[in-house]
Amino acid sequence: MKVSAIITLKKDVLDPQGKVIHQALDGMGFNNVNEVRQGKYFEIDVKENDPKKAKEIVEDMCKKLLTNLVIENFKIIETQ
Amino acid sequence: MKSAVITFPGSNCDRDMGVALKKFGFKNEMVWHDDNELPKSDLIVLPGGFSYGDYLRCGSMASKSKIMNSVIEFANSGGLVMGICNGFQILVETGLLPGVLLRNKYLEFICKNVFVKVENNNNPYFKNLSKNILKLHIAHNEGNYFCTGEQLKEIEDNNQIAIYYSDEDGKTNEEFNPNGSMKNIAGIFNKNKNVLGMMPHPERMIDESLSGEDGSLFFKNLINNIR
Repeated sequence: MKVSAIITLKKDVLDPQGKVIHQALDGMGFNNVNEVRQGKYFEIDVKENDPKKAKEIVEDMCKKLLTNLVIENFKIIETQ
Repeated sequence: MKSAVITFPGSNCDRDMGVALKKFGFKNEMVWHDDNELPKSDLIVLPGGFSYGDYLRCGSMASKSKIMNSVIEFANSGGLVMGICNGFQILVETGLLPGVLLRNKYLEFICKNVFVKVENNNNPYFKNLSKNILKLHIAHNEGNYFCTGEQLKEIEDNNQIAIYYSDEDGKTNEEFNPNGSMKNIAGIFNKNKNVLGMMPHPERMIDESLSGEDGSLFFKNLINNIR
Protein backbone atom coordinates (compact mmCIF):
# COMPACT_ATOMS: atom_id res chain seq x y z
CA MET A 1 0.00 0.00 0.00
CA LYS A 2 1.30 3.44 -0.93
CA VAL A 3 1.26 6.18 1.67
CA SER A 4 2.24 9.78 1.01
CA ALA A 5 3.61 12.21 3.50
CA ILE A 6 4.24 15.89 3.15
CA ILE A 7 6.82 17.70 5.30
CA THR A 8 6.66 21.45 5.70
CA LEU A 9 8.73 23.95 7.62
CA LYS A 10 7.06 25.40 10.69
CA LYS A 11 5.72 28.92 10.40
CA ASP A 12 8.49 30.74 12.27
CA VAL A 13 11.39 28.94 10.63
CA LEU A 14 13.36 30.88 8.05
CA ASP A 15 13.19 29.31 4.58
CA PRO A 16 16.00 30.82 2.49
CA GLN A 17 15.23 28.53 -0.46
CA GLY A 18 11.58 29.55 -0.47
CA LYS A 19 12.68 33.19 -0.45
CA VAL A 20 14.96 32.75 -3.46
CA ILE A 21 12.22 30.92 -5.36
CA HIS A 22 9.88 33.79 -4.54
CA GLN A 23 12.43 36.28 -5.90
CA ALA A 24 12.86 34.23 -9.07
CA LEU A 25 9.10 34.10 -9.58
CA ASP A 26 9.00 37.86 -9.12
CA GLY A 27 11.70 38.24 -11.74
CA MET A 28 9.69 36.11 -14.17
CA GLY A 29 6.72 38.38 -13.85
CA PHE A 30 4.68 36.45 -11.27
CA ASN A 31 4.06 39.55 -9.21
CA ASN A 32 1.11 38.18 -7.29
CA VAL A 33 3.03 35.95 -4.84
CA ASN A 34 2.84 36.67 -1.11
CA GLU A 35 5.24 33.99 0.07
CA VAL A 36 6.84 30.68 -1.01
CA ARG A 37 7.65 27.91 1.45
CA GLN A 38 9.52 24.84 0.23
CA GLY A 39 8.85 21.39 1.67
CA LYS A 40 9.35 17.68 1.00
CA TYR A 41 7.08 14.99 -0.36
CA PHE A 42 7.48 11.24 0.24
CA GLU A 43 5.70 8.36 -1.44
CA ILE A 44 6.28 5.22 0.58
CA ASP A 45 5.18 1.78 -0.53
CA VAL A 46 4.60 -0.12 2.70
CA LYS A 47 4.28 -3.90 2.96
CA GLU A 48 0.90 -3.58 4.64
CA ASN A 49 -2.61 -3.75 3.18
CA ASP A 50 -4.59 -2.27 6.03
CA PRO A 51 -4.76 1.50 5.35
CA LYS A 52 -4.95 2.37 9.03
CA LYS A 53 -1.89 0.29 9.89
CA ALA A 54 0.02 1.52 6.85
CA LYS A 55 -0.65 5.09 7.88
CA GLU A 56 0.52 4.40 11.41
CA ILE A 57 3.77 2.91 10.15
CA VAL A 58 4.52 5.98 8.02
CA GLU A 59 3.55 8.26 10.86
CA ASP A 60 6.13 6.48 13.02
CA MET A 61 8.72 6.92 10.24
CA CYS A 62 7.91 10.62 10.08
CA LYS A 63 8.42 11.02 13.82
CA LYS A 64 11.64 9.02 13.96
CA LEU A 65 13.50 9.98 10.77
CA LEU A 66 11.68 11.86 8.02
CA THR A 67 10.83 14.94 10.07
CA ASN A 68 12.84 17.04 12.46
CA LEU A 69 10.05 18.17 14.73
CA VAL A 70 12.01 21.19 15.96
CA ILE A 71 11.56 22.87 12.59
CA GLU A 72 9.14 20.76 10.54
CA ASN A 73 5.59 19.45 10.57
CA PHE A 74 4.35 16.39 8.71
CA LYS A 75 1.02 15.41 7.27
CA ILE A 76 -0.01 12.06 5.86
CA ILE A 77 -1.95 13.08 2.78
CA GLU A 78 -3.16 9.94 1.08
CA THR A 79 -3.20 6.17 1.14
CA GLN A 80 -3.98 4.01 -1.86
CA MET B 1 44.39 9.70 27.18
CA LYS B 2 42.35 7.78 24.65
CA SER B 3 40.14 9.16 21.94
CA ALA B 4 37.99 7.68 19.18
CA VAL B 5 36.89 9.29 15.92
CA ILE B 6 33.78 7.85 14.26
CA THR B 7 33.87 7.52 10.48
CA PHE B 8 30.53 7.62 8.68
CA PRO B 9 30.10 7.05 4.95
CA GLY B 10 30.86 10.54 3.62
CA SER B 11 32.92 11.80 6.56
CA ASN B 12 35.95 13.66 5.21
CA CYS B 13 37.56 15.33 8.22
CA ASP B 14 37.94 12.11 10.18
CA ARG B 15 41.61 11.55 9.34
CA ASP B 16 42.50 15.23 9.92
CA MET B 17 40.88 14.95 13.33
CA GLY B 18 42.80 11.73 14.02
CA VAL B 19 46.08 13.45 13.07
CA ALA B 20 45.29 16.42 15.32
CA LEU B 21 44.36 14.27 18.32
CA LYS B 22 47.54 12.19 17.96
CA LYS B 23 49.71 15.26 17.52
CA PHE B 24 48.64 16.56 20.93
CA GLY B 25 49.00 13.30 22.80
CA PHE B 26 45.79 11.31 22.43
CA LYS B 27 46.00 7.63 21.67
CA ASN B 28 43.40 7.67 18.94
CA GLU B 29 41.37 4.93 17.34
CA MET B 30 39.17 5.21 14.24
CA VAL B 31 35.75 3.58 14.60
CA TRP B 32 33.44 2.58 11.74
CA HIS B 33 29.81 3.71 12.00
CA ASP B 34 28.50 0.17 11.57
CA ASP B 35 30.33 -1.12 14.66
CA ASN B 36 28.34 -1.67 17.80
CA GLU B 37 30.85 -0.95 20.49
CA LEU B 38 33.10 1.96 21.28
CA PRO B 39 36.68 1.33 22.40
CA LYS B 40 37.38 2.53 25.93
CA SER B 41 37.83 6.28 25.42
CA ASP B 42 38.09 9.57 27.27
CA LEU B 43 36.79 11.49 24.27
CA ILE B 44 34.60 10.59 21.29
CA VAL B 45 34.70 12.82 18.21
CA LEU B 46 32.12 12.99 15.43
CA PRO B 47 34.06 14.56 12.55
CA GLY B 48 33.11 16.91 9.76
CA GLY B 49 32.11 15.88 6.26
CA PHE B 50 28.97 15.00 4.37
CA SER B 51 27.69 11.83 6.00
CA TYR B 52 25.22 10.02 3.74
CA GLY B 53 25.62 12.79 1.18
CA ASP B 54 23.67 15.18 3.42
CA TYR B 55 20.53 13.45 2.13
CA LEU B 56 17.18 14.17 3.82
CA ARG B 57 18.71 16.55 6.41
CA CYS B 58 22.41 16.91 7.26
CA GLY B 59 23.35 14.36 9.90
CA SER B 60 19.89 12.77 10.06
CA MET B 61 20.84 9.35 8.74
CA ALA B 62 24.18 9.21 10.54
CA SER B 63 22.38 9.95 13.81
CA LYS B 64 20.55 6.62 13.39
CA SER B 65 23.62 4.50 12.65
CA LYS B 66 24.52 1.54 14.87
CA ILE B 67 27.47 3.11 16.67
CA MET B 68 25.38 6.11 17.70
CA ASN B 69 23.49 4.00 20.26
CA SER B 70 26.79 3.53 22.09
CA VAL B 71 27.75 7.19 21.60
CA ILE B 72 24.42 8.34 23.09
CA GLU B 73 24.87 5.97 26.01
CA PHE B 74 28.44 7.22 26.53
CA ALA B 75 27.26 10.85 26.46
CA ASN B 76 24.38 10.18 28.83
CA SER B 77 26.77 8.61 31.33
CA GLY B 78 28.88 11.79 31.31
CA GLY B 79 31.50 10.89 28.65
CA LEU B 80 32.99 13.67 26.54
CA VAL B 81 31.53 13.79 23.02
CA MET B 82 32.55 16.51 20.57
CA GLY B 83 30.94 17.04 17.17
CA ILE B 84 32.61 19.28 14.61
CA CYS B 85 30.65 20.66 11.65
CA ASN B 86 28.75 17.63 10.28
CA GLY B 87 29.41 16.08 13.70
CA PHE B 88 27.51 19.01 15.25
CA GLN B 89 24.65 18.39 12.80
CA ILE B 90 24.62 14.71 13.80
CA LEU B 91 24.51 15.62 17.51
CA VAL B 92 21.46 17.87 17.10
CA GLU B 93 19.74 15.13 15.09
CA THR B 94 20.29 12.63 17.93
CA GLY B 95 18.73 15.09 20.35
CA LEU B 96 21.89 15.19 22.52
CA LEU B 97 22.05 18.91 21.69
CA PRO B 98 19.04 21.20 21.29
CA GLY B 99 18.08 22.99 18.07
CA VAL B 100 18.95 22.38 14.42
CA LEU B 101 21.34 23.66 11.74
CA LEU B 102 19.55 25.18 8.77
CA ARG B 103 20.95 26.20 5.42
CA ASN B 104 23.13 29.29 5.51
CA LYS B 105 21.09 32.44 5.25
CA TYR B 106 22.43 33.48 1.82
CA LEU B 107 22.43 29.91 0.46
CA GLU B 108 26.19 29.93 -0.05
CA PHE B 109 28.71 27.31 0.96
CA ILE B 110 31.03 29.28 3.25
CA CYS B 111 34.71 28.36 3.44
CA LYS B 112 36.84 30.88 5.34
CA ASN B 113 38.63 31.74 8.56
CA VAL B 114 36.52 33.33 11.26
CA PHE B 115 36.99 34.54 14.80
CA VAL B 116 35.00 32.99 17.59
CA LYS B 117 34.56 34.23 21.11
CA VAL B 118 34.56 31.64 23.86
CA GLU B 119 31.51 32.31 25.99
CA ASN B 120 31.74 29.60 28.62
CA ASN B 121 35.02 28.52 30.23
CA ASN B 122 33.47 26.41 32.93
CA ASN B 123 33.75 23.06 31.14
CA PRO B 124 36.38 20.48 30.10
CA TYR B 125 36.70 21.92 26.58
CA PHE B 126 37.57 25.56 27.23
CA LYS B 127 38.64 25.66 30.88
CA ASN B 128 42.09 27.29 31.31
CA LEU B 129 42.31 28.24 27.62
CA SER B 130 44.86 31.05 27.37
CA LYS B 131 42.89 32.96 24.74
CA ASN B 132 39.26 33.95 24.71
CA ILE B 133 39.07 34.72 21.01
CA LEU B 134 40.18 32.05 18.55
CA LYS B 135 40.80 32.17 14.83
CA LEU B 136 39.32 28.99 13.37
CA HIS B 137 38.16 27.74 9.99
CA ILE B 138 34.59 27.13 8.87
CA ALA B 139 33.45 25.22 5.78
CA HIS B 140 29.75 24.47 5.62
CA ASN B 141 26.47 24.92 3.81
CA GLU B 142 24.20 24.27 6.81
CA GLY B 143 25.56 26.11 9.82
CA ASN B 144 22.67 28.44 10.50
CA TYR B 145 21.82 27.55 14.10
CA PHE B 146 18.14 27.70 14.95
CA CYS B 147 16.03 26.70 17.93
CA THR B 148 12.65 27.64 19.36
CA GLY B 149 12.28 30.65 21.67
CA GLU B 150 11.68 28.29 24.54
CA GLN B 151 14.82 26.30 23.78
CA LEU B 152 16.88 29.47 23.43
CA LYS B 153 15.80 30.63 26.86
CA GLU B 154 16.74 27.26 28.32
CA ILE B 155 20.12 27.29 26.56
CA GLU B 156 20.87 30.77 27.85
CA ASP B 157 19.65 30.05 31.37
CA ASN B 158 21.89 26.97 31.56
CA ASN B 159 24.94 28.71 30.01
CA GLN B 160 24.94 26.23 27.12
CA ILE B 161 26.30 28.63 24.50
CA ALA B 162 29.94 27.63 23.96
CA ILE B 163 31.18 30.03 21.26
CA TYR B 164 29.90 32.95 19.22
CA TYR B 165 31.03 34.21 15.81
CA SER B 166 32.82 37.49 16.47
CA ASP B 167 35.49 39.84 15.19
CA GLU B 168 39.07 39.70 16.42
CA ASP B 169 38.18 41.88 19.39
CA GLY B 170 35.31 39.66 20.44
CA LYS B 171 32.45 41.83 19.17
CA THR B 172 29.49 39.60 18.38
CA ASN B 173 27.45 41.93 16.14
CA GLU B 174 25.35 40.64 13.27
CA GLU B 175 27.99 41.85 10.77
CA PHE B 176 30.35 39.11 12.04
CA ASN B 177 27.70 36.44 11.60
CA PRO B 178 28.69 34.42 8.51
CA ASN B 179 25.61 32.23 8.13
CA GLY B 180 22.57 33.79 9.80
CA SER B 181 22.99 31.72 12.95
CA MET B 182 20.70 32.74 15.81
CA LYS B 183 22.52 35.14 18.17
CA ASN B 184 25.80 34.43 16.29
CA ILE B 185 25.93 30.98 17.90
CA ALA B 186 28.83 28.90 16.55
CA GLY B 187 28.78 26.12 19.14
CA ILE B 188 26.70 24.84 22.05
CA PHE B 189 26.86 22.37 24.94
CA ASN B 190 24.33 20.02 26.42
CA LYS B 191 23.13 20.84 29.91
CA ASN B 192 25.96 18.94 31.60
CA LYS B 193 28.66 20.47 29.32
CA ASN B 194 30.11 17.06 28.43
CA VAL B 195 28.72 17.21 24.87
CA LEU B 196 29.99 20.00 22.60
CA GLY B 197 28.91 20.72 19.04
CA MET B 198 30.54 23.46 16.97
CA MET B 199 30.74 24.45 13.31
CA PRO B 200 34.42 25.65 13.26
CA HIS B 201 37.18 23.11 12.64
CA PRO B 202 39.96 23.30 15.28
CA GLU B 203 41.74 20.40 13.51
CA ARG B 204 42.45 22.71 10.56
CA MET B 205 44.42 25.13 12.72
CA ILE B 206 47.22 23.02 14.10
CA ASP B 207 50.16 24.06 11.96
CA GLU B 208 51.67 27.54 11.90
CA SER B 209 53.00 27.21 8.37
CA LEU B 210 49.72 25.93 6.91
CA SER B 211 47.09 27.84 8.80
CA GLY B 212 47.32 28.99 12.38
CA GLU B 213 47.86 27.65 15.84
CA ASP B 214 44.60 28.38 17.64
CA GLY B 215 43.46 24.80 17.06
CA SER B 216 46.72 23.64 18.67
CA LEU B 217 45.90 25.75 21.73
CA PHE B 218 42.48 24.15 21.88
CA PHE B 219 43.74 20.55 21.67
CA LYS B 220 46.69 21.07 24.07
CA ASN B 221 44.32 22.59 26.58
CA LEU B 222 41.71 19.88 26.05
CA ILE B 223 44.11 17.02 26.78
CA ASN B 224 45.41 18.84 29.88
CA ASN B 225 41.87 19.32 31.11
CA ILE B 226 41.04 15.63 30.65
CA ARG B 227 44.23 14.35 32.34
